[in-house]
Amino acid sequence: MIEVKSLVKIYADGNSAGVKAVNEVSFKVEEGRFYTLLGPSGCGKTTTLRCIAGLERADEGEIIVAGNKVFSASTGTFVPAYRRPIGMVIQSYAIWPHLSVFENVAFPLRVGKQRFSNNDIKTKVAKALEQVELADYGERMATQLSGGQQQRLALARALVREPQVLLLDEPLSNLDAKLRERMRVELRELQRRLRITTLYVTHDQIEALSMSNQIAVMNAGVIVQEGGPRDIYLQPKSKFVANFIGSTNQLPGQISKVNSDGTGVVRTDVGELSCELLSGLLIGAKVVVVIRPESVILHQNKPIQDANVVEAKIGAAMFLGEYLECTIECGSHVLQTHQHYALQVRRGDPVWIDLPAGECMALPVD
Amino acid sequence: MATVALPRSNSSSVGLFREPAMLVPVVGAGVLIYLAVLPLLMLIIGSFQAEVAPREFVFTLKNYQNAYASQYTYSTFKNSLIFASGSAGLSFILGTLLAWLTERTNTPLRAIFVPLAVVPLILPGVLESIAWIFLLSPKFGYLNVWLMSLFGLQSAPFNVFSLPGMIWVHSVGQVPLAFLMMVAAFKSMDPSLEESAMMSGANTWQTFRRVTLRLLLPTAGSVLLILFVRTLESFETPALIGIPARIYVYTSEIYLAFNEYPPDYGRGGALAVGLLLLSAVGVWLYRRSTREGKKFQTVTGKAFRPRQFDLGPWRWVGLTFLLGYFIFVVLMPFLVLFWASFLPFFAAPSWDAIQKLSLDNYRYLSSFRPFWEAMKNSIILATLTASIAMILTSLVAWIVYKSKLRGAWVLDFLAFVPITIPGIVMGMALILLYVAFPIPIYGTIWVLLIAYVTRFIPYGMRAASGSIMQIHSELEEAAAASGASWWETFRRVTLPLLRPGFAAGWMYICIVSFREFSTSVLLATGESRVLSILLFTMFEQGQVTIVAAIGMLMILTLLIIVALFQKISGRVGIQT
Repeated sequence: MIEVKSLVKIYADGNSAGVKAVNEVSFKVEEGRFYTLLGPSGCGKTTTLRCIAGLERADEGEIIVAGNKVFSASTGTFVPAYRRPIGMVIQSYAIWPHLSVFENVAFPLRVGKQRFSNNDIKTKVAKALEQVELADYGERMATQLSGGQQQRLALARALVREPQVLLLDEPLSNLDAKLRERMRVELRELQRRLRITTLYVTHDQIEALSMSNQIAVMNAGVIVQEGGPRDIYLQPKSKFVANFIGSTNQLPGQISKVNSDGTGVVRTDVGELSCELLSGLLIGAKVVVVIRPESVILHQNKPIQDANVVEAKIGAAMFLGEYLECTIECGSHVLQTHQHYALQVRRGDPVWIDLPAGECMALPVD
Repeated sequence: MATVALPRSNSSSVGLFREPAMLVPVVGAGVLIYLAVLPLLMLIIGSFQAEVAPREFVFTLKNYQNAYASQYTYSTFKNSLIFASGSAGLSFILGTLLAWLTERTNTPLRAIFVPLAVVPLILPGVLESIAWIFLLSPKFGYLNVWLMSLFGLQSAPFNVFSLPGMIWVHSVGQVPLAFLMMVAAFKSMDPSLEESAMMSGANTWQTFRRVTLRLLLPTAGSVLLILFVRTLESFETPALIGIPARIYVYTSEIYLAFNEYPPDYGRGGALAVGLLLLSAVGVWLYRRSTREGKKFQTVTGKAFRPRQFDLGPWRWVGLTFLLGYFIFVVLMPFLVLFWASFLPFFAAPSWDAIQKLSLDNYRYLSSFRPFWEAMKNSIILATLTASIAMILTSLVAWIVYKSKLRGAWVLDFLAFVPITIPGIVMGMALILLYVAFPIPIYGTIWVLLIAYVTRFIPYGMRAASGSIMQIHSELEEAAAASGASWWETFRRVTLPLLRPGFAAGWMYICIVSFREFSTSVLLATGESRVLSILLFTMFEQGQVTIVAAIGMLMILTLLIIVALFQKISGRVGIQT
């Protein structure tokens, strides 16, 4: 449905070469899927989205939306934004303050190439407002709506033309935490119900993980990893992805053994650790072993089996309600872990930590 | 705003006069009342009074009858209305077009036109009118002469001595103001509102019409209003073009009432009260509309990358317009003054004329005493006005925004009052005040100083309050905690921090004082003549080429003041 091929966007920065905000980005969104571009601010995700929308003109590459080539650097094709079959919601919503709720939603129907009768407009707007549960607000001025309502209004406005593609640029970032959680579910439900191809841009890993069919993690203008939410979270292919998605512990070391099943052994400061290896790593390679805080198992007595078990002591324990955030000192390293809230430990208590081989991942040092 | 009624000091033994924080507001209020309220009071009383400076007050409505029930009342009213609305409309359209082309489109070379568009600010209104008379006079105007010979016309195509002529000349002088206000409006507009329209399927024109224009409506209304009021209050064009053409507006009626023999102060006063009311209503409406505009506010404090409309091939039309505007409206008035200043008598550029070019006018001026006196007066007045107004308003702004004194808003209000007083009304009021007043300053430059300071206090307030609000109280409290008295704190901490705002305000007031005309025209006589008045009288006497030379020297002086000031302020680290 959306296909982006080798997209490059250069911003002038005073240097003659400029800065490549988007550098050879390629990806494909299948019909009806929810695809997310995830990355820190400045990684090029919004620029990519704006290129697809037609609000920016890329310098190289090709963009195909719903089977039509809307941009191609080689042939000089550039379909203007208003001719692309796209609906879009942005972070600030951009609700027009001079129009009522109804007129905000009716706007796309009034300006489009296709003309609608007043009755058609009424039914279509009513339907769109109903979809976002704003049916009773039509006559209000748009500025009288709350943040969450404005967000839904922007969504109705984007959907009323029945676009083939929905672009969402951090639509939830301006909402407070509670509302954001609810809207996450609602947005996801709506997308599934309408089966509309959606491209979502966010820096929030939870939004990305919970809503997407497919995620592309971006950094410095390139896609560093693409995959389903589970793959991205559980099988990060680089230190950057491991760090950016959730918090991780890192233990530097060197590979001492490579098995044929993709596992191996890494010699670290805290001892030899069996772990999963990123394919292509060879014996002797310098790596970091990453493990998620919630994967670290803590024993207060020395366990019988001693593979991947390290002796350590409690650094600090912070009660956060849902869990106990417990830092553990082993040698010169400090590991963050999440433990059951009922655990009773004190600073300096001797403990044994178990780093399950299946949860440890050796990644190359970048 | 104030919740605490007492000044900062908690020592009850400190007397009123040992606590400057208490003394200063009282003095400040006194000064403001003396400057802004007293003249208005005298004006209103004077307009109901049978004779000037009478031994006893005799109430009469005769002045109002003379002023408003004459056969001319209707035509004056009509002329004023056409002049003001025409100028407001034309300068708004030109200013908006310039702002839009330079800010929001991909017109080629647009960046260099931004500073060029405000260049006319350096040209005093009197000179603007004179330059356009040189260009568009039906008898000798260059443009007319050229067009007539070019197309073989029998009569001059343009006549500056008409209402459209007045509207054109005044509008051109006001375009920079409209331009700056509209640039600010365009800059503060969230481009995502327009992008969303594009994403909804609206093309460039639909986006501009249905979103951009609609969002600008409130701002446009208030800009139009301020342009309207300023035109109504202006006297440069009505004096230089309107009076010779026998097209009278309010300001010229006031001037004429004063200039007939014997001067009819009563009728002038009654007319002035009317103009004052009109202007006050305008200012009130403006304040209300800008406050209403808040709900339309599109400023979110986010850094915008303003969206540029792609004009396609129309961008060359845009460039042609910008070039044409710059050449004909900005450059030509300067050039024509420059050219004329070297001529013995007014003549169109020709080989003949070129041979007559000389420095004679400048040589003549070098030994022409009235010129040097006027120059001295203008410089003294401009620098003194700027300094006094800025010191006064810095203090007042501090009291209003920092002191937490109950009733500080009264000072704010008093400092705002002069903005409603048209220049010529101010002149009329001060005449009525100081003719009756025991202090013998009437006819000296000191009465001009009082008039200028009063008129420009609101500008100073705006500059000073802007920067004073940015100074955190902690900085002053730290000084107090270090043992500095109120005055020491103000002098050593507050004032230095105020510098940028102070400098910008000083600069602006200096320039507007130097080119002031409509107040001076009633107050500057004989030895207190300033440059703009000298220009006016000499132009009336027909010494037009010498007038052009004076104009060039006046512009030069303004440029020197600006440059000197920037050098000085650069050295002490002021960023304006």
